[in-house]
Amino acid sequence: MTMAEGEPLLAIEDLHVTFSTRRGLVEAVRGVSFSVAAGETLGVVGESGSGKSVTAFAVTRLLDASGRISGGRIRFGGEDITKASSKQLQRLHGAAISMIFQNPRGALNPIRTVGQQIADAIMAHEPISAGEGRARALDLLKAVLIRDPDKRLDAYPHELSGGMCQRVMIAMAIACAPKLLIADEPTTGLDVTTQKTVMDLLARITAERGMAMILITHDLGLASRYCQRVCVMEQGQVVEEAQPLSLFSAPQHAYTRRLVAASPTATSTIADLAPDAGDGASRHCERSEAIQGTSSEPVWIASSAAPPRNDEERRAKPMPGTPLLLEVQNLVKRYDRGVVAVNDVSFSIKAGESLGLVGESGCGKSTISRLVCRLIDASEGEILFDGQAIGTLPARDFHRSPLRKDIQIVFQDPTDSLNPRFNAFDCIAHPLRRLLSMKDGAALTARVSECAERAGLPSELLERFPHQLSGGQKARVGIARAIACRPRLLILDEPTAALDVSVQAVILQLLDRLRREDDLALLFVSHDLNVVRMMCERTVVMQNGAIVEQGESLALFAAPQTDYARTLLEAVLHLGGPTAR
Amino acid sequence: MSHLSTTAKRAGWRFASSLPALFGVLVFTFLLMRVLPGDPAVFFASGPSAGKEEIEMIRKQMGLDKPVPEQLLRYLGDIGSGNLGRSLTTGQPVLADLKSRLPASLELTFTALLIALLTAIPLGVAAALRQGSGIDHLVRFICALGVCVPTFVSGLLLIYAFYYLLGIAPDPTGRVDIFTSPPPLVTGFLLIDFAVAGDWEGWGAAASQLVLPAFTMALFVVAPLARITRAAMLASLGSDFVRTARSLGLPPAKVVVTYALRNALLPVLTIAGIVFSTMLGANVLVEKVFSWPGVASYALDALLASDYAPVQGFVLLMASIFVVVNLTVDVLYGIADPRVSVE
Repeated sequence: MTMAEGEPLLAIEDLHVTFSTRRGLVEAVRGVSFSVAAGETLGVVGESGSGKSVTAFAVTRLLDASGRISGGRIRFGGEDITKASSKQLQRLHGAAISMIFQNPRGALNPIRTVGQQIADAIMAHEPISAGEGRARALDLLKAVLIRDPDKRLDAYPHELSGGMCQRVMIAMAIACAPKLLIADEPTTGLDVTTQKTVMDLLARITAERGMAMILITHDLGLASRYCQRVCVMEQGQVVEEAQPLSLFSAPQHAYTRRLVAASPTATSTIADLAPDAGDGASRHCERSEAIQGTSSEPVWIASSAAPPRNDEERRAKPMPGTPLLLEVQNLVKRYDRGVVAVNDVSFSIKAGESLGLVGESGCGKSTISRLVCRLIDASEGEILFDGQAIGTLPARDFHRSPLRKDIQIVFQDPTDSLNPRFNAFDCIAHPLRRLLSMKDGAALTARVSECAERAGLPSELLERFPHQLSGGQKARVGIARAIACRPRLLILDEPTAALDVSVQAVILQLLDRLRREDDLALLFVSHDLNVVRMMCERTVVMQNGAIVEQGESLALFAAPQTDYARTLLEAVLHLGGPTAR
Repeated sequence: MSHLSTTAKRAGWRFASSLPALFGVLVFTFLLMRVLPGDPAVFFASGPSAGKEEIEMIRKQMGLDKPVPEQLLRYLGDIGSGNLGRSLTTGQPVLADLKSRLPASLELTFTALLIALLTAIPLGVAAALRQGSGIDHLVRFICALGVCVPTFVSGLLLIYAFYYLLGIAPDPTGRVDIFTSPPPLVTGFLLIDFAVAGDWEGWGAAASQLVLPAFTMALFVVAPLARITRAAMLASLGSDFVRTARSLGLPPAKVVVTYALRNALLPVLTIAGIVFSTMLGANVLVEKVFSWPGVASYALDALLASDYAPVQGFVLLMASIFVVVNLTVDVLYGIADPRVSVE
């Protein structure tokens, strides 16, 4: 390799990537330029559709068949690899540039042991025997700090947790000592504590081995902690590039400012998330959402125009003496083969109160949400709603209960929780027809329109089917459907986990407003502690199916009493926090 | 090890749970044969002039004068003791007839399935690798052709081309030509028995007899196998783990075979099991066209002669084979896919 002195390891110049779709050519990356020096860690942040992943796949030339580089140059180690042949690329892949992907379990071959897969990665570039490959794979598993590496060598991906799969993926990516590691959302979908350990591992390994890294993420906190330089991308272009501290403390570009504002931090309040809403930026905020363009001025602006800034003031605490709406006593959920998903859990929610349920995946929080919503039956324990025991009625028959309309749920995945054959109107009207036996007519139409309006869904979108709506719009349909029967308890199961931060900000504000207007009680299930802190007066921390700690959110977040809650809180990344290196 | 033991446990459970179905098949065929028109006693009387007494005697001899439930009980008892009854057309015990004829059908079906798989998988892989190209369209055309030409037509066409016009194929009658003496009976599979006896000339004769009927049957099932291979291959080529393999610079052959194809073969395995069972039962046309002494043509002849016992025996045999094939597929699937053992 002829690498001139001072030349960056990777230099991208005016890169354009075009996809041919049914609606014609779409330019996903429009003139992106940046460079990475040897050993440097560069963050590329942006929301979905900003072109950050496409840029990464263009660099490694792993684009889908429909995408191609339509302009610009990619130089790696002084060589132009924009038009490299597949033979040349195969030599580069793994040995010089390697990638780590989102969804680590899917990124591994399900029917091959992880040891074999790591050995495959080594043997692709080095002529070694299978025995040596196995030995080297073991060394790599030790390097990525997997527990019991000898046992894991013969494990299949489905036998490992998501975090462990990502470690295996990292082991494969560093197997042939590449100079550049591209990590595409490496910790999205992992728990906060796992996210921290995986990112710390990546930072350590790249530092030890002198590897450069491009960290692609939607999480500004992650980028600010682990990167030396950050590029912000919007709609296929780099809009700002700076060091993380200056970028997040004094963002220059309007988009960066909005992104920074929308990212929940340790001190932000719901109202802070989109502070310039209402002065025209809101339409901008919804731009990526609204397929039809500028028609939808969000409805929520009106009521949140002058939000009270004081935290204590904003939290509409239920008056003392408010009756309990939901009381859960000694709830247990056992599955076959002795798996205990929920173990002796008790908590209560007052009318109009908002309770957060946090914990890592597998801690039983989603099971609780389904138990309380009476979608599944508890093995033991009582669920009292408004003083009535609802746990005794089988989940199968609960839809006939008059209380069904009082307990509604918003699911995590806005797409999968809508019937693809129902348009938005029918989705929202469904519970009205089924639970309130409303007949088609003016009353139903009016009620649906009202709910849609309250959820900030423009009425012209009611005719559309789920696949014609954006993620944020689908989330609004799900919320409109949930509030259609005017429930008293709304269960929110990770309602914003699949959404971009700017959309999340808007949805959270919407939920907070609905709650205060209707005196709605919320059971807010989330893995995002910052969001829970903002949304809920009280918080329950769960681990392994049991409650570890519960209390007033402000107190709990300020001074957690248990080790586990402390670990969880420490793993949360904050903007402008100290960088890892 | 635990992997194999869970697979064995699942296979055992699956076998046990299929026994009631087998029993159901038994009862159903028994009843079906009793309600079909045609009186076997009349059919087997010595001639049109047979008197009432003679028919009555045959009926008594066959137990047809007893009430149906009692007939069923006796039938079940017989089957329990391994007695499937006696064929009235061949005069042999049905069990012996099936035993002598089943290997012929199995040999033909296995060979046809092997040919079909060896053709369909490469075709499907090629079509998936070059999606939308000429190869893809050619494969689609071949598949359409294979499905829409009935087996007796394609069989006759093959005979016409390779026996009558070109003269390379042997006389399409039976498993070996009349000049070859059959090998000592070991398995009943001629190719194996000839090989065991070391008679390679006879092996060649049996193989050449087998080629045309086997291809005829294979043609018919290439289509579903090739289409499922293509679809599964497209899915696994587009999967994240194939992208991972590419991103690590694995050689293209390794990516396609070890990563994409091995995953794509899982659905093909399932379909192959279904196809095999279907072929075994549905190859009656091929057996007829090629005068192949298999179980399907035997059952058809018996059915036409209102000969109950062979038909019942055949249906029971097919049901058992279906169970065994499903079991085999299940075990193979458990070995091929480590995820199956986890529920």
